[in-house]
Amino acid sequence: MKNDKDKIARFTPAERVNHWVLALTFILLALSGLVFFHPSFYFLNNLFGGGVWARILHPFIGIVMAISFAAMFFKFKGENVLTPGDREWLKHAREMFEGDDSHMPEAGKFNAGQKLLFWLLLLCMALLLLSGLIIWRRYFSNIFPVWMVRFASLLHAASGAGIIALIMGHIYLAIWTRESMGAMLYGYVRRAWARQHHPAWFRQVNGEEK
Amino acid sequence: MALQSLDIKRRSATTTPPPGVRKSPEVAKLIDISKCIGCKACQTACMEWNDLRDDIGKTTGIYDNPRDLDENNWTVMRFSEVELERGKLEWLIRKDGCMHCGDPGCLKACPAPGAVIQYSNGIVDFHEESCIGCGYCITGCPFDIPRISKKDAKAYKCTLCSDRVSAGVEPACVKTCPTGAITFGAKEEIIHHANGRIADLKGRGFANAGIYDPEGVGKTHVMYVLQHADKPGIYSNLPENPGISPMVSLWKGAAKPLASLALGAVAAGAFFHYVTKGANEVSEEIEKEFENEKR
Ligand code: HEM
Repeated sequence: MKNDKDKIARFTPAERVNHWVLALTFILLALSGLVFFHPSFYFLNNLFGGGVWARILHPFIGIVMAISFAAMFFKFKGENVLTPGDREWLKHAREMFEGDDSHMPEAGKFNAGQKLLFWLLLLCMALLLLSGLIIWRRYFSNIFPVWMVRFASLLHAASGAGIIALIMGHIYLAIWTRESMGAMLYGYVRRAWARQHHPAWFRQVNGEEK
Repeated sequence: MALQSLDIKRRSATTTPPPGVRKSPEVAKLIDISKCIGCKACQTACMEWNDLRDDIGKTTGIYDNPRDLDENNWTVMRFSEVELERGKLEWLIRKDGCMHCGDPGCLKACPAPGAVIQYSNGIVDFHEESCIGCGYCITGCPFDIPRISKKDAKAYKCTLCSDRVSAGVEPACVKTCPTGAITFGAKEEIIHHANGRIADLKGRGFANAGIYDPEGVGKTHVMYVLQHADKPGIYSNLPENPGISPMVSLWKGAAKPLASLALGAVAAGAFFHYVTKGANEVSEEIEKEFENEKR
């Protein structure tokens, strides 16, 4: 596949491994966090060996996710800087969802939607990490005043629900945009795919090649 | 931790009615601070009945001993020296412990089904077997009462001797109190008794004597007679207007089922977008262009 002229490298093996570590820890965190979120999700505790195990495991998995996210952040932050063209892209996003992407400004390696997601995820992760440490009763909560633990509980629940919604959208768009899953699984995309979805990036890569 | 019961009024993290065919009359414990001599017999009786033994602690130079509530000490006497009028020192001793709120913050915050229950008699009880050790009860409590054990990571607090009460006897602290400062009975009767005490105190010059049975937490099933009911804060920071914090109400309120529905809506929205609009594929035009290039 690597030597296929028809393909372009999109993600390195290290980027892919880290992405899937992040994905796995996220799913475990979402499922274990929802256990405490509302009684209607309490049954999910069975996936972790009971409520006590869910309570013990969740914050430790959170630490792993935070480290993995930090790695991804530093790797991709340069490519996610929003540009004036991105504003234009977002304005036309609706048409794209309707099925007409003929008016979309040319996206680079990441389009404006992906960039926006990137920064929103950063916000949620930062809030979740900070508030998560404060509500971690075993090690930390007792050193904080109770009003702070209360505020952190509220913030953690809100940003947890927020990040779950964001990732649900992220997963859907990865399914909706055919072949993009392959980029994260195998690292390569077809040239035609790149030309279609990320034309500016396509030209950039082509220019480098020539 | 009490026995199986059929008079459960509320059960934590439960959206259907708990077993409640049996109704028990509302009870209350009254702690008359004006009669308390700080002997700590109630602390001892509590440990004895509940069979709890703390490790020997350290003296810190004040009467409070142990210094705080913990998993082995469900009630502690808090001593404060107050001079409201110059030259007139008052030694105010408050027996601290669970207030058994009508609207318990611990129960509201608890995410584990059945770990906190409230009986129709008003007692709020922890079922440690269902407790997952998250500490949300501490976050929810307006009186800073529950404690998580360092050993087993379960939450503990005063049960108002729910086991004794269900068998028709008074809590151990009440039974042992040598001055009659702690009384127990049907809430109505206990309030009647408290009013008599307050009239007596007023007659002795305590113009602001009153009962502590705060509205903000739906009233309580442990009440105090205070010589200075206008200043509860002087009794080792007894809160003046306790209530479930608005932050806890927001965290545990309607926002959560709504957020859960919203998450479901995102999933459904995505699915129906796919069904109605189809996948986002590479256009045929571009495919052809690349086909030609290859040849
Ligand atoms: C970043 C590191 C994180 C830490 C240190 C952390 C820590 C915690 C802690 C201590 C709790 C209380 C339950 C317990 O004691 O286990 C909790 C609850 C929760 N967490 Fe996290 N967490 C983190 C990340 C996340 C993420 C990424 C999500 C979302 C996918 C999440 C979703 C939740 C939810 C929904 C709850 C329940 C909140 C509630 O009770 O309303 N957490 N977290």
